[in-house]
Order: sequence, then C-alpha cells, then structure tokens
Amino acid sequence: MVDAAIRATIDDAAASAAARRHFAGRVGVYAFLTFFAFIYVLPLFVIVANSFRELPEIIQNGLIGFPHSFSFKAWSTVWNSYCVGGTCAGIQHNFFNSLEMTIPATIISTMLGLLNGYILSKWRFYGSEVIFTCMMFGVFMPGQISLMPWAFILGQVGLANSITGLVLIHCVQGVSFTTLFCRNYYINIPDDLIKAARIDGAGFWRIFFKIILPLSPPILIVTVIWQFTGIWNEYLFGVVFTAGRAQPITASLVGMATGGTNVRVYDVMSAGVLIGAIPPLLIYFFGGKYFVRGLTQGAIK
Amino acid sequence: MPFIVLAPSLAASFIYVFVFTIWTFYISLSDSSLLPTYGFVGFQHYISIWANQRWQIAYSNLFLFSALYVVFAILIGLGLAIAIDQRVRGEAIWRTIFLYPLAVSFAVTGTVWAWLYSPNAGIEFFVRNLGWTDFTFRLTTDRRLAIYAVIATGIWQSSGFAMALFLAGLRSVDPDLVKAAQIDGAGMFRIYRKVIIPTIAPIAIAVTVVLLQFAIKTFDLVAALTNNGGPGVSTTFPATYVYDLMFQRGQIAEGATAAILMLAALAVVLVPYALWLVWRRRAESGHG
Repeated sequence: MVDAAIRATIDDAAASAAARRHFAGRVGVYAFLTFFAFIYVLPLFVIVANSFRELPEIIQNGLIGFPHSFSFKAWSTVWNSYCVGGTCAGIQHNFFNSLEMTIPATIISTMLGLLNGYILSKWRFYGSEVIFTCMMFGVFMPGQISLMPWAFILGQVGLANSITGLVLIHCVQGVSFTTLFCRNYYINIPDDLIKAARIDGAGFWRIFFKIILPLSPPILIVTVIWQFTGIWNEYLFGVVFTAGRAQPITASLVGMATGGTNVRVYDVMSAGVLIGAIPPLLIYFFGGKYFVRGLTQGAIK
Repeated sequence: MPFIVLAPSLAASFIYVFVFTIWTFYISLSDSSLLPTYGFVGFQHYISIWANQRWQIAYSNLFLFSALYVVFAILIGLGLAIAIDQRVRGEAIWRTIFLYPLAVSFAVTGTVWAWLYSPNAGIEFFVRNLGWTDFTFRLTTDRRLAIYAVIATGIWQSSGFAMALFLAGLRSVDPDLVKAAQIDGAGMFRIYRKVIIPTIAPIAIAVTVVLLQFAIKTFDLVAALTNNGGPGVSTTFPATYVYDLMFQRGQIAEGATAAILMLAALAVVLVPYALWLVWRRRAESGHG
C-alpha cells in the first residue's frame, strides 16, 4: 500500500518533470518560429505601412514604425503622375506592360507545355528521350548567354524595345519548364488508358482532349502559377531589352529605387513596390499550395 | 502528327540552347566591342579576364556568397522545418510567412531591404531611436560589408524554399520507423540523427544544387539592393559583370566571355548532380 503510494508519487514527479520539459520545448519552438517570422514579415510590414504614411512622418520617425498618419496620396501619385524614366505618367503603363507580357506568355508556354508533355510521355518515338533531355538544358541556361543573340534577333524582326519581344523570349525560355512539369505529370497516367483509346479508334487530338486534358487541372494550375509569377518577376530581359515607358514593372521599380535622385520619396516608392508585388502575392496567398508544389517539383526532378 | 506539333517548340528550344550558346561562345572569341563583330581573336579574352580586377572581385564574391548562402539557408530552412514539424498550431500560417519572399521579385524585396539597411531611415535609425544612440548598422554603405548585406538578403529569401522541401521530406519519413526507434529507447536527438537525417539527405543535396544555381545567376538581387554592385564595385557578381560589360561599357566580347564562364560554373554544379541522379536511379532499380 505504502509502496504503491510512493511509487505513484515518483511517477507523478517524473510525469510533471516531463511535462515541464515538454512545456519548455514548446515555448522554445514557438520562440524560434516567432523570431524568424518577425524578420520575414518586417519588410512586408514596412512597405504596406509606409505606403499609407505621409512622407514627413516617415522621414522623422524612420521606416520602421506604426503609422500616425493615413492617406492614399502615395498610391495615386505613383499610379498616375510619378516621374519614371523621363515621363511623368506614373507606373500604370509599366504595370499594364507587365500584364500584357505575362498573360500571353503564360498562356502560350503552358499550352505548348501541355502538348509537348503529352507527346514526350505518350507518343514516344525513337530519340524522344534525347529530345526531352536537350529541352531540359533550357531550364538551367543562364539568361546572360542568350542576351546577344536575342538582341540581334529582336532587332532583325523589329521587336526591340517592345513587349511582344519579351513575350517571345519568355515563351521560348518557358517552354522547357512547362514541358518538364507536364511530361513528369503525364508519365504517371497509365499507358493502358491511351492504348485502349487508340484501339477504339481515337486519334492524337481526341485522346488529348478527351483523356489527357480532363486529367490535367492539377498540373495546369501548378504550371500557370509558376509561369505567371516567374515571368511577372523577371528582371534581366526587361531591363536589357526595353526602356522607359515600354519597361515591365520590375525594371521600372529598380530604375526608380536606384535612380539618381537623392531625396527618397519612401511613401510613393512603397506604394509602387507594393503594386509590383500585388499580383504574385495574390496568387501566392490564394494558390499557395500549388505554388509550393511547383517549387518542389521544379527543384527535385 | 505528334512530331509536327512538337516541331516548333523543339526548333525554338534547340536554337535557344545550342545555337545561342555557340553564338555567344563565338562572340567571346571575337574582337567585338560596342557591336558584335566577327573578327576571330581566339581565347585571349579568357586569359585577360582573370587579370581583370573586377572579375576577380566578381568570382570571389560568388564563392563567398555561395558558401554562406547555401549553408545558412539550409540550416535555417531545416531548423524551421523541424520546428514546424513539432505539430505546432497554425502550421499553414507559419509556412505562408516563411515562403512569401519566394513569390515576390527581388526588384521588390531587394528595394525594401536596401531601405532597411540604409542608415538614415532603416534599422540603424530605428534602434538609435529606441535609445541606443551609438548603434551602427550600415552594411550597404561599407565596401567590406556590402557583400554580407547581399548574402543576408539572399538567405532571407531562400530559407523558406529549403524549409518547404525539408518539411516535405520530414513528412515522408515513415512514422513506424520513428516509433520503433522510440520503443528501442532512442531519444529525440538520436532519432533525428539516425533515422530522419539520412532520409532527408538527398533533399539537402537537391536544395544545395538549386541554391548554387540561384547563386550563380544572382543578378536582380544585386541590381536592386546595391545598385548593380555598389558601393564602388564591391558587390559585383559574374551576372552583373556580364550586364555591365555588354550594355554599359560596350565590351561585348569580354561580357560574352564572362557569360560562358557562368555557364561553365553551372555545368560544374549540374553535371555531377545529373550523373548522381542517374546513378541513384540505376542503383534503386537494380535493387528492386
């Protein structure tokens, strides 16, 4: 009896020590995460807050601080009338340039990727593996290698300093990514499905539209998200092949932020930077799951 | 039919990968200056580039950046993944916070960090206002320290990527294996060392390769953060060097040479990795 009581107390002590240790561990985990979360959120907080603060307040209190003033002035200035690259019509042109570049390039490269992936996984022919491997080199090529050839070609076909030229570049560059994604996805669709359809007399397009495409939404979303954010955020080609009002927003933002003026209009630039970040951020917050899937697939395969 | 559909993408990719590379390679062997010309001069740019002080800065920066960036992004990413894997509340929120920098362009994040590093408005200003009046934190204005601002921002941007991959890896560890180890009396540390780390080691290799690739291509980060390699030329990278020589200085042949060397660096990273992947796949199919 007494023995059992003692044993129970010892067990209790051990259990509460374990619980204490467990509790300390939990606190440690949350402290660790909170510390890093703070560093991660800080830049986002800073641009969001400063896009609504008034400039004198930012100058006086610094960039990091809770807003004491609130206005939409910076947003309308940067959109309508801020001077970028010599013209004072805001960054709205650059924003629309980015849309005009990103949407067609995303659609075209994704459609080509779906078809290529379908062919390279379901209509294999002699040498198709070699072709696939060669196309994959495009995924890893540094853009710098292609700058001079593109400059020459765009000049020849009259697409220098145009959004259409950038669409062309992004389609050619993007098709290797989209083909990779789609091919690796379709390879898991059983070949028997295709064989059965072929025996029933279905041809290339019929199989694509009736079997492959209905099975594609998951990879379609991943590919579209990947292409959209990648092309929207691209900077090198934008800054090399376009200037002034023809630039996509990434190029104009960097030009704005590193430009010659010494006076930093933090409120206006915060709003501008945020406008450039909103489309990919929206996609990320609403399609995060697919974004992450694209990342992991793009990385490991 | 299939081949006709494939042909345009195939032709485009072929031109993009092979013709463009050979083209740029040829330019690097030419006497091009302001415009591409095709007088052949052989490999002289490949020799002279190593004597160029800026190129020396560029590649030593690349080595320093790659080493610290890869190591810390992996350590922080792994730490975050392990922490999130402890069945924390609000897992989706934590993950969203650590991954969002990856969705946004460096044109955005580089600009914001440049402000935060700037002494008269950013972190230094903030801490001094809190009362620590001789606190100094001015990375981007100091030639010796600016490279660390680039490294820190790179790590900030990419740790989430490492976290996402490691988390996927941790989730794929067989829970029965962990339970069996616990029953055998292994502590948490031992379980990580003996069971979990080996399972995620291939992921660490994949992350390393991808991050090295990012490192070699680093361009927009430097463009936005330190205005293309400042202060002076202290944060020049191979990619900014190419851009500068081709489009700012009209030394196209030298720029092309640097671009080809970037490609060579990528090959040094990717070819062994590809071979390792093939070897591993063979080994796996051989076993079962």
